[in-house]
Amino acid sequence: MTGLSLYALTGAVLVGFGIYGLLAKRHLLRRVIAFNLIGSGLFVFFGASAARGETVDPVPQALIITGIVVALSASALAVGLIVAKARVSGRALLPEEDDDA
Amino acid sequence: MTALLALLVVPLFGALAAIALSGRAAGVAVWAATLVTVAAALALVFPVGPPGIVTLELGGWAPPLGIALAADGLSVALIVMSALVMLGAGLAAHHSIGPAGEGGRMAFGFWPLMLLLWAALNAVFLSRDLFNLYVGIELLSLAAVGLVAIDGKARAYAAAIRYLVYALAGSLLYLGGVVLTYAAHGTLDMGLLAARSPAVSDGLALALMTAGLMAKTALFPFHVWLPPAHGSAPAPASAMLSALVPKASFVILLRLWLEAMPDRASDGALLLLALLGVSAVVWGSLRAIAQTRLKLVVAYSTVAQIGYLFVVFPLVGATGGDLTFRSDAWNGLVLLILSHGLAKSAMFLTVGQWMNVTGSDAFDRLRGLAVAMPISVFGFALAAVTLAGLPPSGGFTAKYLIMTAAFVSGQWVWALVMAGGGLLAAIYLYRPMAALFARSAPPETITVSTSRQLVPLALATASIALGFLAAGLLEMLPSGLPGPLAISGEGS
Repeated sequence: MTGLSLYALTGAVLVGFGIYGLLAKRHLLRRVIAFNLIGSGLFVFFGASAARGETVDPVPQALIITGIVVALSASALAVGLIVAKARVSGRALLPEEDDDA
Repeated sequence: MTALLALLVVPLFGALAAIALSGRAAGVAVWAATLVTVAAALALVFPVGPPGIVTLELGGWAPPLGIALAADGLSVALIVMSALVMLGAGLAAHHSIGPAGEGGRMAFGFWPLMLLLWAALNAVFLSRDLFNLYVGIELLSLAAVGLVAIDGKARAYAAAIRYLVYALAGSLLYLGGVVLTYAAHGTLDMGLLAARSPAVSDGLALALMTAGLMAKTALFPFHVWLPPAHGSAPAPASAMLSALVPKASFVILLRLWLEAMPDRASDGALLLLALLGVSAVVWGSLRAIAQTRLKLVVAYSTVAQIGYLFVVFPLVGATGGDLTFRSDAWNGLVLLILSHGLAKSAMFLTVGQWMNVTGSDAFDRLRGLAVAMPISVFGFALAAVTLAGLPPSGGFTAKYLIMTAAFVSGQWVWALVMAGGGLLAAIYLYRPMAALFARSAPPETITVSTSRQLVPLALATASIALGFLAAGLLEMLPSGLPGPLAISGEGS
């Protein structure tokens, strides 16, 4: 049970870092990293929740692997778009945030 | 059964073929995949066997071990509507963007993304497993973001990135809810969740999933990404994005609240959803009135129309007493989704054709087009009739059913919203119509042939025809109205 709490707390801390990064950082690459932190935090908790019964439940592992693939594709698309936008406009920020950056 | 598989597999393989092949072969592959998928969608309406809910357990494994796909009335209606919109958008894109494998950057990107979007839509409409739905809406969002960014201008990239930020935030919220649900119940199948023993974390899980899906549906106040995204995409892409993509996350929300966790659908929660819907109707309409570019009017109108869908929650989710009005509200909701999808795609396609001719979608550039391009202007007008909910359109029948349900249930305030929203729609659609019909010298060269103008007209006509055919269509389909809620309703 203490193990599970440890994982849950680690996950919560990661999610917290991610949310902070999402709100406090304007640079789009930092936001992508923030999204990945939140996702990792959720996966840590998800993986730990597999151990709650007598035997370890294998389903969360399968779902986490799928989730990682999804997160990787989304990150790749996001980075691609950010690079393309930076090439066209010279900035990796969203428009109304250009002025005060 | 075969049709269900084809709906998922054929567009996916079509998308891969469109990337791998080049020249005419790519075009042939895209259209073969499109036509087979349309046929599979129609096969669901006219099933070979006895009518009923078609289900498929993948690999022969039943839940909770496996994943089940099911096509109830709601699924079939949305799949057929998607097929019609995709067919129309594909025909329009064939000319305005170029056939697959034979054009530049846009033609290379558009066709695979369109087919991926289609596969993801069908997957979401057929799935009943929360994680399967997560993968479905994620694929849907990624394909949709790609379509927004496709023209490669700085504004389109900015709109696409903003969309992606909202979509990813929505996905993570939803995923958080899924994780909590699995940790509490050990299953993600909606049918099994409905029979679960309630856990403390259910409320938080449902709230997280709802917030995430609201961001993806662009419900007020999470709508800010939608107008720039739908305004930046090329017209055939906007047609798909506006008509279909928000409906996918909405359907998940509907199933979550009514099918998976109906015990959590308290009056207060449903009231909150409906109030957000009312805000969306008012705010979206007011913003639409303030726009000077037609594409943005149509995009803000989507924000308003999404609001209507949420207004129906307290009616279809009502418990206790005489609940006969629920099926009226449900049928009205399905019709509203269908007629909005058909009308909105028709509108975006006509706007795209006018932008081809005049080079702009500013109101003053549209003057006199009613003389120059009567067929597409007629299509736009028919779509406007549906959006404003005037008889005899599908939008009218939908609102009539919902308003009847509202009065019967005693929640007459929702009927006022339906009527008032229609009035606002008439106001924001008046200015473009006035410009189109203005007496003014039309543009000299019309580059859009008559047959191309017929495509949006066909979609708009379908949205009107829904008004006449609604009763017959709804009788043909097994009702998608979830059972568990009705049972708990009778019990209380």
